[in-house]
Amino acid sequence: MSDSRNFVLGVFDDEDVLLKAVRTVRGAGVKIDEVYSPFPVHGLDEELGYKRSRLPIAAFMFGALGTSLALTMQYWMLGVDWPMIIGGKDFTPLPDFVPVTFELTVLLAAFGMVGTFLVSSDLKPWKNPKMLDLRITDDKHVMAIDLGKNKSIDAKTINSVLRNSGAIEVNDKEVED
Amino acid sequence: MQVTSSVRKPLITGGKTVHDVTEDICRQVEGKPSKSWLLAFGAAATAFVIGFVAVAYTLWEGIGMWGLNKTVGWAWDITNFVWWVGIGHAGTLISAVLLLFRQKWRMAINRAAEAMTIFAVICAAMFPVLHMGRPWLGAYWALPLPNTFGSLWVNFNSPLLWDVFAISTYFSVSLVFWYLGLVPDFATIRDRATGIRKTIYGALSLGWDGAARTWGRYESVSLILAGLATPLVLSVHTIVSFDFATSVIPGWHTTIFPPYFVAGAIFSGFAMVLTLMLVTRKVFKLEDYITIEHIELMNIVIIVTGSIVGIAYITEFFISWYSGVPAEQYAFFNRMQGPYWWAYWSMMTCNVISPQLFWSKKIRTNIAATFIISIVVNIGMWFERFVIIVTSLHRDYLPSSWAMFYPTLTDMGIYLFTFGLFFTAFLLFAKFFPVINMAEVKSIVKSSSEKKAA
Repeated sequence: MSDSRNFVLGVFDDEDVLLKAVRTVRGAGVKIDEVYSPFPVHGLDEELGYKRSRLPIAAFMFGALGTSLALTMQYWMLGVDWPMIIGGKDFTPLPDFVPVTFELTVLLAAFGMVGTFLVSSDLKPWKNPKMLDLRITDDKHVMAIDLGKNKSIDAKTINSVLRNSGAIEVNDKEVED
Repeated sequence: MQVTSSVRKPLITGGKTVHDVTEDICRQVEGKPSKSWLLAFGAAATAFVIGFVAVAYTLWEGIGMWGLNKTVGWAWDITNFVWWVGIGHAGTLISAVLLLFRQKWRMAINRAAEAMTIFAVICAAMFPVLHMGRPWLGAYWALPLPNTFGSLWVNFNSPLLWDVFAISTYFSVSLVFWYLGLVPDFATIRDRATGIRKTIYGALSLGWDGAARTWGRYESVSLILAGLATPLVLSVHTIVSFDFATSVIPGWHTTIFPPYFVAGAIFSGFAMVLTLMLVTRKVFKLEDYITIEHIELMNIVIIVTGSIVGIAYITEFFISWYSGVPAEQYAFFNRMQGPYWWAYWSMMTCNVISPQLFWSKKIRTNIAATFIISIVVNIGMWFERFVIIVTSLHRDYLPSSWAMFYPTLTDMGIYLFTFGLFFTAFLLFAKFFPVINMAEVKSIVKSSSEKKAA
């Protein structure tokens, strides 16, 4: 096993050219490792063939957990553990429990989803990402093609496919694993 | 490809490229603080320190140092609390509701508005905490903790408890929303920096690398957070208004309160955003990003919400007469004609009349006029809360216990303290964090930027 990966990087400066280029490059049978952008490009994940994110499902599950926790907490505290007559109302009036239930639903849904996002995208303060090109966070989109995963196609062909599809630069980059 | 109607005015002027956006916004973060920033920071820090004396005095001597009396048990404390929470409404409204409505003009102002929200909610929280008298003994009683801490569970029937949940949820969700938006921009600063700055901004950026997979998830997280935050924004001031509406005090006991408070909150929040943004754009030279178009659109929101507030005042007044309840009728008569008539009429002038000036295009596209009206609106909104709270309390059912409320120096000092806290925090944010969401603005450069003159 070699511990370095060789990349061919196609640099783009226009999001619409990039979108077309992704289709051309994939059409030519080249596997794209990842595309890096300074801002979200709509439709890029579909072009790359990524599945729709399941984060909304996570948000729903956490939200449902929040709802049930909040209701259980309130019913148990005021209905089971220490029932109290407050203002002549029932021990457990459902309408009065709505605000806290709503807030806890939102709280757990938001925190649960963001937590899931951070874990699934491996985002953490002590991570030091290997930026393939420092202009990615400025104004350039970079299409990274891993030569190790495209053994059947030679580097020259990849290079010309990138150039023909509108890359303003094509660079080679070796990344230590 | 994003298509924008040619009728729309450009949101970014000056023919900016994507790289220009990075340069223009990072310049403030990377450069030395300007003289005007240092001056403003000095003033804010001074207010903070002077005000802190009043806070310390309250904690040492107790809330007897405030102007409250047996009849008026709630006055400046809760007025300031509601005022600050109201101001804190614009940030999440701009970023969440306008995101759901696909209003692209939000992109230039959402970052600063969200920061403002967070700081305003911190200022608001100071008041209930200080009102506890000895918060170190009792702050946790507001949480549902087991009875070994006291004797009973918290009362889930009480709007005051709902408020604890509403405001802490609003604060923490807004904080997460704001921080998530900052992550890609911290990565931009990280990749331009060296040394210790690279380490700090690197940690703040959570190792962001701009991969399409991450962006895809990021977009769906933002959309759902916006969906969650939208009802949250509306719920916060609704629940704050329940503090009053569920009581049996004439002048408070009305069902109109929730929508009326929410409209008022958006009204004052947008006014505060305008006050801050007009200064920020000038000091940081962001005229190409926060354009007259943005100011005009915010002023339109102010006319709409200001008119809703005006209609609410009139409706409330009509209903008090129509109800036929003498105590209710007197509460409103007393507001207009009683000893606090000046507060009532200041509120009416500042909140109902002044925003109507924005019907004139000349006024709503004039920076000086906007700046003045934005401050007037917030003065009016402060008086609104003062009127609702103090005039409803000071003449209650028993004429022998009628009293007046006069603020003490301690009351004023604590209010000054929150101003110091708010502006100190905002200025630190404006200096060390990117004040405009670079990643979002970059995504509309191609579709909404003014084309460079050939």
